[in-house]
Amino acid sequence: MRPIAPRRDPAPSRWAYRWHRLWLTPLFRALVRVGLPAFVVVFSAGLWISDEGRRALITDQFTATRDAVQNRPEFMVNLVAIEGASPVLADALRRDLGLELPKSSFDLDLAVARDQVEAFDAVERADLRILSGGILQIAVTERLPALVWRSEDALQLVDANGHPVASISARALRGDLPLIAGASANTAAAEALELVAAAGPLTARIRGLVRMGNRRWDIVLDRDQRLLLPADNPVRALQRIIALDQAEGLLKRDLLAVDLRNDRRPTLRLSPEAAQSLRQTKITETRGGTL
Amino acid sequence: MTDLYQSQRAMRNMRKAAMQRGVIAVLDVGTSKIACLILRFDGPERARAEDGVGPLAGQSQFRVIGAATTRSRGMRFGEIESLNEAERAIRTVVQSAQKAAGQRVDHVIACFSGAEPRSYGLAGEHALADSVVTEQDIARVLAACDVPDLGEGREVLHAHPVNFALDHRSGLGDPRGQIGHRLACDMHLLTVERAAVECVLHCLKRCDLEVAGIASSAYAAGLSALVEDEQELGAACVDMGGGATGLSIYIKKHMIYADSVRMGGEHITRDISMGLSVPLGIAERIKTVHGGVHATGADDREMIEIGSDSGDWEKDRRTVSRTELIGIMRPRVEEILEEVRARLDVAGFEHLPSQQIVLTGGGSLIPGIDSLAAKILGQRVRLGRPMRVQGLPAAATGASFASAVGLCLFAANPQDEWWDFEIPAERYPARSVKRVFRWFRDNW
Repeated sequence: MRPIAPRRDPAPSRWAYRWHRLWLTPLFRALVRVGLPAFVVVFSAGLWISDEGRRALITDQFTATRDAVQNRPEFMVNLVAIEGASPVLADALRRDLGLELPKSSFDLDLAVARDQVEAFDAVERADLRILSGGILQIAVTERLPALVWRSEDALQLVDANGHPVASISARALRGDLPLIAGASANTAAAEALELVAAAGPLTARIRGLVRMGNRRWDIVLDRDQRLLLPADNPVRALQRIIALDQAEGLLKRDLLAVDLRNDRRPTLRLSPEAAQSLRQTKITETRGGTL
Repeated sequence: MTDLYQSQRAMRNMRKAAMQRGVIAVLDVGTSKIACLILRFDGPERARAEDGVGPLAGQSQFRVIGAATTRSRGMRFGEIESLNEAERAIRTVVQSAQKAAGQRVDHVIACFSGAEPRSYGLAGEHALADSVVTEQDIARVLAACDVPDLGEGREVLHAHPVNFALDHRSGLGDPRGQIGHRLACDMHLLTVERAAVECVLHCLKRCDLEVAGIASSAYAAGLSALVEDEQELGAACVDMGGGATGLSIYIKKHMIYADSVRMGGEHITRDISMGLSVPLGIAERIKTVHGGVHATGADDREMIEIGSDSGDWEKDRRTVSRTELIGIMRPRVEEILEEVRARLDVAGFEHLPSQQIVLTGGGSLIPGIDSLAAKILGQRVRLGRPMRVQGLPAAATGASFASAVGLCLFAANPQDEWWDFEIPAERYPARSVKRVFRWFRDNW
């Protein structure tokens, strides 16, 4: 027996037909297949994260994980090794860096620490590196004091470039270094060292160099003698004086100052007694001459 | 008249939009089956200057990317009888074609066979203002054609300018730019019943499809089944469909006559069903498997199991000889062909230089119909199959797809129709800005 049920209509219903056409529209298809899942994912993620507690949980977990990794013993710095610094400087560095060891090497900012170390007057250059075994190595190149500079209010050691190295309380502590004086005398430290080197036989007699008007040097000898040097090419002027001294014993005489500021008109300033005696001598000679 | 003119123009614009989008569907709404082919246009615009007044509508290469067929429902004599049923059938076929193509189509070009087409030959004359023929002159000569009384409720389906004549020179395809004094044109006008066309258009609209063109299936079948020399020298294409037999006469690559006989394959099936007292489905199967029109001695011995499911064993076990079946089918086929002969005589087919007759459509698949047709219609009869288009599945290459394939050609390379030409400036509404612009352009 054949069932009485009506045969199925093969035609799509109007809505099925429209849906099929809509589904064949590329834009709609892309929207449903990509846009909708993407929207659901983003929306649900946003919904989940909009809760304050969950955000805190995420940040806490992140920090905890990060700390756990960073604080592993392999990354810890336990020791600071300072090389090339005098014990006093090393102590000062240690005190000033203020590292609270042990500390994770992730938390150390070597660039900042290096700037801190190089901020010391006595340090010319510093290399910082973290060695295996948790050692922070600071290799320091110290400045070498070349001159003692007496400024208006302090007595300082300066290096060959005029950079201050340290203060000292008394000149006698570094009697081996030449003394310079005057405002901004350290800026011409290189010239001062040239002069000292050129002094030769006068070295023993030099008490110090005085910077005059931040322009030229006076060399102060013992017996309060002064050599007034020109602003340009003072070494040649000094050599000239030395030559005069060696030839005629110029500086052994009773002079107050030798003025070579104008090299075509060198001038000697006698002490009052010497000037008096010179005048007497001249009068006598004149009188004798007239007689 | 202007209404239809505008709506046909709108369809042409729709077709251009579809060409730009690259996908268009053609829909052959027949009485026994509905076929839908989805075309993808992929070639560059290819100009073919030799036919008609030159391509105005734009032409393109195409490829069939989806094809589907379904049994039609709610159709009779090539017209829609039940709108809902026809709409369902169209939905079915469009959906499965879209599925095959994997692409949505919005624009459709449809053809149908019924609606009592009538042909008119029109002639118009126009004296040229200037001696050179311009597009405006062509528009004016087309407008000068004296339109006969079409009758109540008739619409123009096709209006092809078939021939232009300039002074004494006739047979011009494209008179633009030529020099003369009087321009005359012959136009072929095909009218159908308005109600039937509107029914089809309404049905397509209810399927959310935009109509990009509508054609007579006799015209479409002629486009695909006639080969080039037949179209050029004159031939008649007989499209033997399910509910109506279309008839179109071509000469010089233009259709000059079309008509339709309201009889077809379904009448043969009905005759078998009545003669053998079997359901229509079984009668259709017997017709397609065992049918024929020439009885021979062997057919007396070839017994056909009719088979039925009436429940009466005696009735279900009947057999008939093939001769009996042919005896039922042949009178109806003869009747159809004689009716076609009468229409051809009315059209004056015997005056054509070449009298080739091409049988196509599903009805032409009856074995022996070509020799029967030769007796009735004339000696030069052949069976026509549609030309091959790219991408067409093998199942859709048979003679029953002649009008569907022809519609593809119609979609890709439409012949210029009346509405492809410009509207004569005098016909514009008085306040048209375009007219003012044209006046300025002509006079300054």
